[in-house]
Amino acid sequence: MSVNMMTAHEVAKKVFNKEELFILDVRNQDAFADWKIEGENFDYLNIPYFELLDGVDEVLDKIPSKKEVLVVCAKEGSSVMVAEMLSDEGLTVSVLQGGMKAWSEHLEPVKVGDLKGGGEVYQFVRIGKGCLSYMVLSDGEAAIIDATRMIDIFIDFARSKEAKITNVFDTHLHADHISGGRKIAEQTGATYWMPSQDAQEVTFTFTALEGGQAVTIGNTAIDIHALYTPGHTIGSTSFVVDDKFLLTGDILFIDSIGRPDLAGRAEDWVGDLRESLYSRYRELSSELIVLPAHFMIIDELNEDGSVGEKLGVLFQQNHGLNIEDETEFRRLVTENLPPQPNAYHEIRETNMGIIDPEEEKQREMEIGPNRCAVR
Amino acid sequence: MDVTKVIDAKGLACPMPIVRTKKAMNDLESGQVLEVHATDKGAKSDLSAWAKSGGHELLKDTEENDVLKFWIKKG
Repeated sequence: MSVNMMTAHEVAKKVFNKEELFILDVRNQDAFADWKIEGENFDYLNIPYFELLDGVDEVLDKIPSKKEVLVVCAKEGSSVMVAEMLSDEGLTVSVLQGGMKAWSEHLEPVKVGDLKGGGEVYQFVRIGKGCLSYMVLSDGEAAIIDATRMIDIFIDFARSKEAKITNVFDTHLHADHISGGRKIAEQTGATYWMPSQDAQEVTFTFTALEGGQAVTIGNTAIDIHALYTPGHTIGSTSFVVDDKFLLTGDILFIDSIGRPDLAGRAEDWVGDLRESLYSRYRELSSELIVLPAHFMIIDELNEDGSVGEKLGVLFQQNHGLNIEDETEFRRLVTENLPPQPNAYHEIRETNMGIIDPEEEKQREMEIGPNRCAVR
Repeated sequence: MDVTKVIDAKGLACPMPIVRTKKAMNDLESGQVLEVHATDKGAKSDLSAWAKSGGHELLKDTEENDVLKFWIKKG
């Protein structure tokens, strides 16, 4: 019997709208424990598909009859098999099209605000992995910040807005996901910017991002001011866009702060991280809307699915910004850190151009949650 | 290693490598060894988890030229 297919986009909408969904995840238990589809009103049952090969009897009474049911696996195949068995038993269930692979790669564009000169800022929410990318649009030009490796969505989106991509930025050398910045720049002829201090080993040409620069997008006066805020990496740079938005990269998140250990230098960089968070950001307007490069938990999503909060609010509520004692701060960011992201070393090498894995390998390297933050 | 049966699941996507392995395993006696060849990357974690849950023992696994090979002893 045929089963319904649900796209990653449809699931993302359910997350944003806080809808109910029952997820039967048939991946093996380790994979489920490590990383799953998160939704405020989602319920879960995890039974590996290989335990259901002889029949689905054991799960039938665990599946609620009143909720929409979505069967999920790594790549779709085994969830289709299980869903068909459930369907044969008379249940109506859907399958996540493309499985967790598609979920990991899905980006949902959300508008986060307008610019004074008539432009717009969009946030691209990679809901399955917690990565956030940005597009600043103004008068037929587009800038992209912290793009993921799924570059077509950015190029197509800019085209749909009739904008030419002129500048592409990375706030730092990413360790948890593969940047699409360089490839977008190659395809569109845009300028690719990255902080020179993070780029000492890179094998390609780029334009060096230094603190205090301004880049104009469009004819209207939209400036992107680079603000040097080291800590997560030595080159980590923040941008203030249009005196309204503060793009913090992986230095400051909504409910957490950046971790300084992904290049193996926690002890060296913890002081820089504190300086950036406790001195440099303090000098900025508390009205700026913080737009980070990641979110960690689904609670950080606003009503419309975007991730952002006023800097002033974060100074009051973000635990990582309220540790008076420097020793305690040092302890927080150097001890008891969460596990490092999957394949982070290879991801850094890919982003430096030192290795160039094929697409399937890149996909595998990125599997799992992002782990750039400490709370 | 004394292998009783070899199954070729190369080119097959999940869930077929496990489906084939399970079927072949049914024909073996306890203590006999099944050799499985697969190309689906997911087979590695799935086969080890499957073997464990079924009381079998994954004796060894290798990867050569993108072909994953497993030796599973029936429990």
